[in-house]
Amino acid sequence: MIREFSSADVMFIVLAVRWTLILSAIAFAGGAVGGLLVALARTSASRALRRASAGFIQVFQGTPLLMQLFLVYFGLAVIGLPIDPLLAAAVALTLHASAYLGEIWRGSIEAVPPGQTEAATALALSYPHRMRHVVLPQAARIATAPTVGFLVQLIKGTSLASIIGFTELTRAGQIVNNATFKPFLVFGTVAALYFILCWPLSLMARRLEARMRLAVTR
Amino acid sequence: MYQFNFGPVFENLDLLLHGAWLTVRLSFLAMILGLAVSLLGAVAKTSAIRPLRWLVDAYVEVIRNTPFLIQIFFIFFGLPAVGISMSPNTAALVALVINVGAYGTEIIRAGIESIPKGQIEAGRALGLSSVNIFRYVVVVPALRNIYPALTSQFIYLMLTSSVVSVISANDLASAGADLNARTFASFEIYLVLTVMYFLLALGFSALFGAIRRVFFTYPASR
Repeated sequence: MIREFSSADVMFIVLAVRWTLILSAIAFAGGAVGGLLVALARTSASRALRRASAGFIQVFQGTPLLMQLFLVYFGLAVIGLPIDPLLAAAVALTLHASAYLGEIWRGSIEAVPPGQTEAATALALSYPHRMRHVVLPQAARIATAPTVGFLVQLIKGTSLASIIGFTELTRAGQIVNNATFKPFLVFGTVAALYFILCWPLSLMARRLEARMRLAVTR
Repeated sequence: MYQFNFGPVFENLDLLLHGAWLTVRLSFLAMILGLAVSLLGAVAKTSAIRPLRWLVDAYVEVIRNTPFLIQIFFIFFGLPAVGISMSPNTAALVALVINVGAYGTEIIRAGIESIPKGQIEAGRALGLSSVNIFRYVVVVPALRNIYPALTSQFIYLMLTSSVVSVISANDLASAGADLNARTFASFEIYLVLTVMYFLLALGFSALFGAIRRVFFTYPASR
């Protein structure tokens, strides 16, 4: 039975935005922790750590996010856990974000002039203190713009969670489209909602980048 | 305890290899057409006609701020409502070209802006025509500057192309999905698919590196 595209359908789609936001927030929070560990491993003195983290980044940047989602989704059964779309999407997107943020933050850490680390070492600061009080605060300033830019990519990436059956914005659109068969209207609305989420972040990333460039060239 | 069963995967490896070939072909077609769209877009962005610039800006912003999955749904399911119907394979190619064209426009525009004004003036002083200035003074050096960004965008395009399997366009991911529907060896199939995509990405990156060494190692180092 095909019914009209009503205001209730619009509300259903708009309310599904919260699941896109929740999934993005989980992946970003998890990815921030993972990414920091990866970035520290990438810039560490131990060759084994550097190699392992470089491999991790290469695997996650060299394979499709869709395959990562499928692998984690079916992998849950392999390790004997119940198959749950939210859990699978959260784990896969967290690993994905860890690799990308790790690579972005490695670049930011390396962009801090080595004299800063040397000066901190000369002042007898230990590695944790050196990182926490000298290197990371300066790296954070450099990292802000590309991190916001990656957030846009992550929000768009959560749409793939619909394929393993998690009901976020894209899946809500598919459900409404199956009932009303108004694909032009439904997917147009869904696209507009993603745009409203992502565009301000894109503009912010661009403004931050322009300000950073001014600060560097001054 | 989970019993791994790679039998169905290796018995049907020819299907997956054929799928991989389709993914390579689709990616290269989308790359070439996408590069053409990007060049047009970048030239239009430097145009004196303001509405044209706005149009290109709108295109780039809309594509870059919406997921590829929604773009392909809109093209494959939405456009027939206004009378534009395409087969899954055509829709997949069109969606990929439109998508990579938006990113490419931004990359090439940045490349053109990276050419100092003085070089163009020098070209003019040497009596080069404006077409030759655009070709030798702007495009080739700009391409050299943006080559890494452009090629990593192309590798990303190849990885993104796995999403076209949702509209049953023919590629590696849908070859895997077909096999999964017949054999249910899900984890094993997707593990092998992931490895194959990884090898494709390594292959693309090696190829782009070779092209760079042949065409973009300019005698004068910067």
